Amino acid sequence: MNPFHSTKKQVSIFVTAGFPERDSLTTLLPRLQQRGVDFIEIGIPFSDPMADGPVIQETSTVALKNGMTLGLLFDQLAEIRSSIRIPLVLMGYLNPVLQYGMEHFLQRCSELHIASVILPDMSPEIYERFYRSSFERFGVHPTFIVTPTTPDERVQQIAETCSGSFVYLVGQSSVTGKGYSIGEAQQQRFAELKQLCRATPLFLGFGIDSQEKKQQAFQFCDGAIVGSAFLKAVGNKTDQAFLEELLM
Amino acid sequence: MGMNCIVYMGEKDVERQAPNVQRMLMLGATVVPVTSGSRTLKDATNEAIRHWINHPESYYLIGSVVGPHPYPKIVAHFQSVIARETEQQLLEKTGYNIPSKVIACVGGGSNAAGAFYTFYDFPPVELIAVEAAGHGIHSGKSAATSVLGTPGVLHGSLTLLMQDEDGQVTEPHSISAGLDYPGIGPLHAHTISEGRVSAISVTDEEALAAALECSRLEGIIPALESAHALAALKHIDLKPEEGVVVCLSGRGDKDMNTYQQQLVV
Repeated sequence: MNPFHSTKKQVSIFVTAGFPERDSLTTLLPRLQQRGVDFIEIGIPFSDPMADGPVIQETSTVALKNGMTLGLLFDQLAEIRSSIRIPLVLMGYLNPVLQYGMEHFLQRCSELHIASVILPDMSPEIYERFYRSSFERFGVHPTFIVTPTTPDERVQQIAETCSGSFVYLVGQSSVTGKGYSIGEAQQQRFAELKQLCRATPLFLGFGIDSQEKKQQAFQFCDGAIVGSAFLKAVGNKTDQAFLEELLM
Repeated sequence: MGMNCIVYMGEKDVERQAPNVQRMLMLGATVVPVTSGSRTLKDATNEAIRHWINHPESYYLIGSVVGPHPYPKIVAHFQSVIARETEQQLLEKTGYNIPSKVIACVGGGSNAAGAFYTFYDFPPVELIAVEAAGHGIHSGKSAATSVLGTPGVLHGSLTLLMQDEDGQVTEPHSISAGLDYPGIGPLHAHTISEGRVSAISVTDEEALAAALECSRLEGIIPALESAHALAALKHIDLKPEEGVVVCLSGRGDKDMNTYQQQLVV
């Protein structure tokens, strides 16, 4: 059963593992669950996060300075896993996963019941050619990203590949954390994309920085993913208030 | 063509290669110094890719043979003029039909890809890639990727990459701005792994000495990158009757600052 299927609109928070402190995840995850977040995306820090804007780049740099590694992330998750009931998603770049070993990575994801894995620099073509069979063997579901300019046919293929998880809609061509407004043309395209995804849930992320933007996402998609804006609030120690407003 | 040109360049390289920046500005480009990471080519590439993600109407271009297909192929194709001219001029100037060796420096590896291009399928021609050893291969301040690198993915391609055991990219060092990239073009990773191209490395010091020697002997001030290729000659057994080609990929005008600081002349 797809854990992202819900009649209720979903809100997801993205956190970088190892930020602001090396062990922050072990307290942050239970707190987010308690506040009513529907699922959590956990970012694996990388030295060269090409798809990320300044906020997430900075959290990645801090996390690496704190000594965060993929192995440590799995250990931290194992420690708190039994208290977390909401789905967990891992998001990161391909290279740290390859050095850890793709099979080993998938095995640990499977043991920890990770609901989905997003590797933005692994294209669907590379996934099909090299990794699909391993993902399937370990029962791990991938998520891929689409943007409003992704061709229809490709959106349909991606939605099918992601039928065990969700499709990640980046609302404009941008790196993470870049604010924008959702105009009429975009709204129409979002509605088309929602149709093209059929039964696979479609969540809007990148640049969702307010309650208002979340509401707009709810209009056209099955949920919203908030990363940079939340991490910025964590950095400023205003995350309590931010969450309160976001989850209103 | 009415097209704007934005060049992303590491802040450190903007300083090291100030005359090149002046040239680009004169030609009408906007030059953006990149302050993230090691402030060199790797970080400039990250920023250029981010710009392209944010502005999909723009065209991303790179001068090196790194990154996703088809970029290495495009760059190698245009650089192949080096090998074609070599073939023509070698016969005219020296009477040799083919070179016995072609030697070129490799950072990402654009001039090497071009210099080797038409000789890959011709085994009698020995192809030698020269990497920057920096302070010494195992000094912790080096860019000798073929020795220090392991397979990894950066900037959209699988190649040899300098990285730690967690897959975090490590910061390379070379005195020359063009050689301190933590990877090499996937074409070079392949041809070196297959044994078609042999890789050697020379230190900052050896490159500086070779630059000075070339200046005094030939009246040519080479770029610091190319000085690595020249310095390699001392590491290679040469016979008097051989026709050896060294690719002098750039002039040293841009490196005068570094030469002035580093050489007591």
